[in-house]
Amino acid sequence: MYAQMVKSEGSNEKHTEQDTAFQARIDAGEKIEPKEWMPEGYRRTLIRQIGQHAHSEVVGQLPEGNWITRAPTLERKANLLAKVQDEAGHGLYLYCAAETLGVSRDELYDMLHSGKMKYSSIFNYPTLTWADMGAVGWLVDGAAIMNQVPLQRTSYGPYARAMVRVCKEESFHQRQGFHIMMTMCNGTDDQLRMAQDALNRFWGPALMMFGPSDENSVHSAQNMAWKIKMNSNDELRQKFVDETVPQAEYLGLSVPDDTITWNEERGHYDFAEPDWNEFFEVLKGNGPCNTERLEARKNAWDEGAWVRDAMMAHAEKRAQRKKMAG
Amino acid sequence: MSALFQFLLRQGDNTLVLGHRVSEWCGAAPALEEDIALANTALDLIGQTQMWLGYAAEIEEAGRTADDLAFLRDAYDFRNLLLLETPNRNFGHTLLRQFLFDAYQVPLLASLESSTDQRIADIATKAGKEAQYHLERSQDTVIALGDGTEQSHTIMQDALNRLWSYTGEMFESDIVDEAMTANGIAPDPTSLRDVWNTTVDAALKLADLKAPEDNFAHKGGKNGRRHTEHLSHMLSTMQVLQRSYPGASW
Repeated sequence: MYAQMVKSEGSNEKHTEQDTAFQARIDAGEKIEPKEWMPEGYRRTLIRQIGQHAHSEVVGQLPEGNWITRAPTLERKANLLAKVQDEAGHGLYLYCAAETLGVSRDELYDMLHSGKMKYSSIFNYPTLTWADMGAVGWLVDGAAIMNQVPLQRTSYGPYARAMVRVCKEESFHQRQGFHIMMTMCNGTDDQLRMAQDALNRFWGPALMMFGPSDENSVHSAQNMAWKIKMNSNDELRQKFVDETVPQAEYLGLSVPDDTITWNEERGHYDFAEPDWNEFFEVLKGNGPCNTERLEARKNAWDEGAWVRDAMMAHAEKRAQRKKMAG
Repeated sequence: MSALFQFLLRQGDNTLVLGHRVSEWCGAAPALEEDIALANTALDLIGQTQMWLGYAAEIEEAGRTADDLAFLRDAYDFRNLLLLETPNRNFGHTLLRQFLFDAYQVPLLASLESSTDQRIADIATKAGKEAQYHLERSQDTVIALGDGTEQSHTIMQDALNRLWSYTGEMFESDIVDEAMTANGIAPDPTSLRDVWNTTVDAALKLADLKAPEDNFAHKGGKNGRRHTEHLSHMLSTMQVLQRSYPGASW
């Protein structure tokens, strides 16, 4: 899940007749389109959620980019390049979806760079070995899919449509990641060790991607009523654990949680909560890579300013010349 | 080392080394569209590398694969142009390097499409479409950045001054090229110069950039005699896993 703990802006607003009619449209399964009336809270909440999602795609290039130059075969290098290219593309659709709500990409970047907007906590963890490219695809893309598949039915048209395309590519990434893990697990002792180490480090952070339990959250209730959020965090986390534990078994890896057991009665795996203190520290900026990730994005933006300025100046000059000639 | 094998290494090493350099931009481009375009260019080049080095490995008949050639040769066995191993430095430098190469690669691949070697003709046909697109983009970007602002113009002129002495190597002909030309496998590199000049002169004019008058050319990449210091650093990164864990499958 690339959007965590998205606060709803709607909870404090007074409900008007227009709000009631709007909610009725959503309840009837209609899509809300950019130029139609929507409550201000709905619009602002969506900007926050789509923006956070877009930022996650863009920052998400960095931990993988860390291994593109060290990919061990030409095929893996090509796959990884294709994957980060897809991610940048997802960022682009999502920023475009946000633009339909009246916020520009540059404004969203400013909010990211100044720390006013977040990206998913998962990208504040380092990628230390090649097995992390497997673990990120398998677990991180796997967790993202859990959230994004239902979001294909979200109430806001442009967001729902962006998700359809994103989901197709994400499931391909997840299979690629799992394939890397499989190759490592069937490889040498060193490779198996790398694979286990990657799972050990990414398991907790992957569970945290869904956010803390929101059973009693008013924000979540409002967002679910608006169909901006489709499932509770616990529901999605459980689904992820249920799907992932057998996959880890298949790989011959141990999930780093001694309490994991199949609960016949519930029809689900029981598992331990991740370390939520760590999660809140990461959100506060104390994750292992928060500083580097934000710095890398800010540097890219600042160092690229002359290019963007030049492109604009060139476009203006061209238009001017055309006018003079015409 | 057969002439054909060397010729194929030259093609594959060019695309590998440039593809690697371009891939170093991941997540650091001036705009999201440029991130996508750079990753796409790198991806095309790595795909072309698989074809060139794959064929080279078959011709060699020594049981090596494309990956062995990419990841287990040292700098002195690489046969890429020196131009392509120069560091990225900045976005302008990267795109100008790309343009100077694309302007050579497009006519080269066009000519290779009628190679007497069918495999080479097939690779060239596929790679040619990608190279044409790379050229359009790098040319437009070089023109825009040269023409843009005073600052961008200065950056581009500096990049041109710095890269110019690495362009002459593309048109050097040696015994490998002679053998390829004699068998109708590939054109004589010197024959590509006129087209290249036309493309480059036209773009530089629109970009308001001036090529240095000194036409000195650094050589030693395509024959492997003397690479720059940059190549072995690149390889130490690129090859780290294959070198650290010999024999492992990935």
